[in-house]
Amino acid sequence: METIILFAPLVGAIIAGFGWRIIGDAGAQWLTTGLLFLSCALSWVIFLGHDGQTHFIHVLDWVQSGTLNTAWAIRLDRLTAIMLIVVTTVSALVHLYSMGYMAHDENFDDKTESYRPRFFAYLSFFTFAMLMLVTADNLAQMFFGWEGVGLASYLLIGFYYRKSSANAAAIKAFVVNRVGDFGFALGIMALFFLTDSIRFDDIFAAAPELAETQLTFLWTDWNAANLIAFLLFVGAMGKSAQLFLHTWLPDAMEGPTPVSALIHAATMVTAGVFLVCRMSPVFEYAPEALAVVTFIGASTAFFAATVGLVQNDIKRVIAYSTCSQLGYMFVAAGVGVYSVAMFHLLTHAFFKAMLFLGAGSVIHGMHHEQDMRHYGGLRHKMPYTFVAMLIGTLAITGVGIPLTGWIGFAGFASKDAVIESAYAGTAGGFAFWMLVIAALFTSFYSWRLMFMTFWGDPRGDKHTHEHAHESPKVMLVPLGVLAVGAIFAGAIWYGSFFGKTNEVVKFFGGKYGEPTQELVEAVAERSPKASELHYVMESGPGEAAIFIAPDNTVLHEAHYVPTWVKLSPFIAMLIGLITALWFYIWDPSMPRKLAENQRPLYLFLLNKWYFDEIYDAILVRPAKALGRALWRRGDGGVIDGFLNGVAMGIIPFFTRLAGRAQSGYIFTYAFAMVIGIAVLITWLTISGGGQ
Amino acid sequence: MDNLLSIVTFIPLIAAAILAIFLRGENEAAQRNAKWVALVATTLTFLVSLFILAQFDPQDTGFQFVEEREWLLGLKYKMGVDGISVLFVLLTTFIMPLTIAASWNVTERVKEYMIAFLVLETLMLGVFMALDLVLFYLFFEAGLIPMFLIIGIWGGKERIYASFKFFLYTFLGSVLMLVAMVAMFAEAGTTDIPTLMRHEFASESFSLMGIQIIGGMQTLMFIAFFASFAVKMPMWPVHTWLPDAHVQAPTAGSVVLAAILLKMGGYGFLRFSLPMFPVGAEVLTPLILWMSAIAIVYTSLVALAQEDMKKLIAYSSVAHMGYVTMGIFAANQQGIDGAIFQMISHGFISGALFLCVGVIYDRMHTREIDAYGGLVNRMPAYALIFMLFTMANVGLPGTSGFVGEFLTLLGIFQVNTWVALVATSGVILSAAYALWLYRRVVMGELIRESLKSITDMSRRERAIFAPLVAMTLLLGVYPSLVTDIIGPSVEALISNYDTALAEAHSAAQLAETSH
Repeated sequence: METIILFAPLVGAIIAGFGWRIIGDAGAQWLTTGLLFLSCALSWVIFLGHDGQTHFIHVLDWVQSGTLNTAWAIRLDRLTAIMLIVVTTVSALVHLYSMGYMAHDENFDDKTESYRPRFFAYLSFFTFAMLMLVTADNLAQMFFGWEGVGLASYLLIGFYYRKSSANAAAIKAFVVNRVGDFGFALGIMALFFLTDSIRFDDIFAAAPELAETQLTFLWTDWNAANLIAFLLFVGAMGKSAQLFLHTWLPDAMEGPTPVSALIHAATMVTAGVFLVCRMSPVFEYAPEALAVVTFIGASTAFFAATVGLVQNDIKRVIAYSTCSQLGYMFVAAGVGVYSVAMFHLLTHAFFKAMLFLGAGSVIHGMHHEQDMRHYGGLRHKMPYTFVAMLIGTLAITGVGIPLTGWIGFAGFASKDAVIESAYAGTAGGFAFWMLVIAALFTSFYSWRLMFMTFWGDPRGDKHTHEHAHESPKVMLVPLGVLAVGAIFAGAIWYGSFFGKTNEVVKFFGGKYGEPTQELVEAVAERSPKASELHYVMESGPGEAAIFIAPDNTVLHEAHYVPTWVKLSPFIAMLIGLITALWFYIWDPSMPRKLAENQRPLYLFLLNKWYFDEIYDAILVRPAKALGRALWRRGDGGVIDGFLNGVAMGIIPFFTRLAGRAQSGYIFTYAFAMVIGIAVLITWLTISGGGQ
Repeated sequence: MDNLLSIVTFIPLIAAAILAIFLRGENEAAQRNAKWVALVATTLTFLVSLFILAQFDPQDTGFQFVEEREWLLGLKYKMGVDGISVLFVLLTTFIMPLTIAASWNVTERVKEYMIAFLVLETLMLGVFMALDLVLFYLFFEAGLIPMFLIIGIWGGKERIYASFKFFLYTFLGSVLMLVAMVAMFAEAGTTDIPTLMRHEFASESFSLMGIQIIGGMQTLMFIAFFASFAVKMPMWPVHTWLPDAHVQAPTAGSVVLAAILLKMGGYGFLRFSLPMFPVGAEVLTPLILWMSAIAIVYTSLVALAQEDMKKLIAYSSVAHMGYVTMGIFAANQQGIDGAIFQMISHGFISGALFLCVGVIYDRMHTREIDAYGGLVNRMPAYALIFMLFTMANVGLPGTSGFVGEFLTLLGIFQVNTWVALVATSGVILSAAYALWLYRRVVMGELIRESLKSITDMSRRERAIFAPLVAMTLLLGVYPSLVTDIIGPSVEALISNYDTALAEAHSAAQLAETSH
């Protein structure tokens, strides 16, 4: 069954990509979509029936060299099961949605160009690569999936291959991801060097030793666990668009909108979070690396939210929102509450995919207009899309009944869990405050998007507004399904991901046991309210899907944070909402006034903190200039200059000697060479014979 | 069959002789006959060489299919293959029919062209099979001639300059090698390669003209061989002949050059440098590792600046060969497995990339990147194939390009993390130059008038790519096809190398204590 889940999308991709002439345009679409729904159904069967134990399925040997032994294999545990449903559900719905969205595309000529099978083949190929990533039982296979989704992302961002901006964005996505992969690859090498294996089981078993090992890397000795965890995290930063390696994600919006929903919101970009959770046995022994994860995550959440405040392109707003939400997940992982990171990953997949598909529906209805300044009043024209987007917004901003923990939209349950974990894990430090401020901004920019799009008077091209229409059913059904997830996912799985420690441990397939007396006392001293510590994780590293070190009680303590902390995200949400109301409903002239008053700040945010410009100046241009210099000066000047100097002494000599037509030279030289060799051999033989 | 290796080696030469003797005239029929004879002969060679693979026993780390007989002037003719060389033989026989098929449009001096390629095949095969020093040298050097002619006669505008550069670089390197061979013969008294591999060459340090030479004779001999192999590889900074040679060579010449001739350097390191001069190798390893790492970054950056497609791919080849030398001198299982794998895989990938250039060069007669753009609009099949090999070139997992890079990097990390770090940065740069090339040539609007009527790949062209596509994917998904064959021999090579080094070290210590 697992193999079918894994390979059905690949089969679909191959048939649609190469056989569409035979099965036809519609055939390719239905085939890929059908196979995806099959994968999806089987994934849910597996997820719901999963007993928490880890299963292995060997498919084929892969890279074998000496002690290195890797295979194409499936590792099925709770983490994999969660990712299976996330990936296949969103992917199946996006396939379905794309049938409507891609029905007409003005970038292509409908009569002569068959772009749809290509699109569906790419989508299915992406799904296959993503599934390889999440089912991998070793780092090499994970790297295969990792780069495979990168390729799919590259192909889909550059889907409109005639657009120069799309091509540039595609390359940027691939290359920036490669920067992350650079770290990832070094991490794999270091792990192989120290543990002589890159299979997860072997690595996890060796994790406690890594914490004790010093590794000489570059100029000095490092704690092996910290160094490896950090290097792997660099990979995660690239894939999950974290600060410094985030620049590709907003540009990736050049791809068709369903792609943004599937790849750049719900699945691929969460691969970094998945990696950190998957490697939790190593990260648990790497406190410094975890601190870096927390710091980068919190900074990204804040940074991306600030940029999201002022963007005008509807997709870019959601893209920065994604970037910011990924930061939340990393903070949860960084403070050691991996289950909550996965929780937010799960709920985020539903509501963010929905927001993107909703945005796609708006864009589709507005004839590919993406600038929100040209929207307005669309709730009458697109009632279903409006409701869906509203649900998505309620979910992302975290609307729910405060202090109940779980009664609310999906984002309420998971985001509050992240923020509470951040408070407990950092003792109310930097990460916590960044996340609360980001929550305020999230609320503002999400409602801003809603108000600008669906409220007010229609702005922009009159003709477009007159023809604005609701999308076809095939696009609305996926929105409906995702809406169910966006409303209920948080409440349903609250206990499994953020319940009592014993519940969570059991859900992830581990054993729980009694804490030591010292630990109970330490916790009681740190946070008196949390003194009733009954359970800790007892399974060793690798025995369950995630590993929580016995002394890691953040998950427990997160339930006992002060009341004001629990209320803070809700208050931040309200402030954001009210500000948005004020700016975009009550007094629509406010945003302009503020932008004019605070022009430098506005430009700073509008230009995304000038990251692209800085990178261009300090990395891209110098690399090109250096390449040219090395070529002209290095190769041409120094090396050839030297060698040609020698050669120029020799060649004219021979040329004069030969003095014939062009091809004549060559035969002369060839002949001379043969003679030379013969002479040398003869001499060798004779002198050898003399011995 | 006792003389299977000789049969494989000399089928092409016999075909060349037949062409030379019996084929007359320059008319169309004669040209067609020449092409068919060459194609049949190379295909036959490939088919027969499959018997070598079928009967080859990977567990036996010695030489197999050994043939030995007296030759002129008391020289020996000795051939044989082991796990390290057998796949290079197969690579050669696999690539050659494809290059002949890719030359179907040649119109000038067709007969001579085909003869040159057939002779070249025999000589290349001989290099990988020869088990006698003189025989090896003969094949190794003589191989220069047909290649020199191919560039010089059927090449581009500046073919004379390029062919001289090619010739002078490689020939000057091999002169040093010849001197070392003479010295080896003087010391060991034999030219038999298996015997030489077991021989311990003197490694006591001595001083020469005031310079202390650590590792003594071994170091000197190592350097002499290194001079030849490094040029062949080519390693930075003696790589500058390669871009010029590639640019001027006809497509098929480039394919052979990249896919096979470059592998002779790597093969030489594994056959001579490591087993015969372990102490010398150890002394120079740090230098070589750094040369490799610099090569990867340097040539990748240079590739970024290229305006000529062939030059870009040539520089990319140099970068990929950097992984090979790095892996070889990491001198551990992953490193050397990876290096051999990388050489085989690069044979398919770079060969295919040069063929990709050839496809559009045949149509437009220019290699300028700026002359293209938007080809996907009229050549979807071409775009797909070029994409595949671009991705293989950047080492995407699932293609054969990944396995070699990955293994060599795993190998080098165990030896030197700095080199590993610098070399790994190559994965970023390779993505940059390869995708940028692809974008400029294939993507975008098709605006140039001259391209408006360009046609997609013909059936012949697709048929040439099909085997390369198959191998690239097959080895990417199931690399054990290669590693199972080379593994045991590589293991033996490394254990001999380590033993030899350990012995040399303890001998040196003894000498020290006795002083």
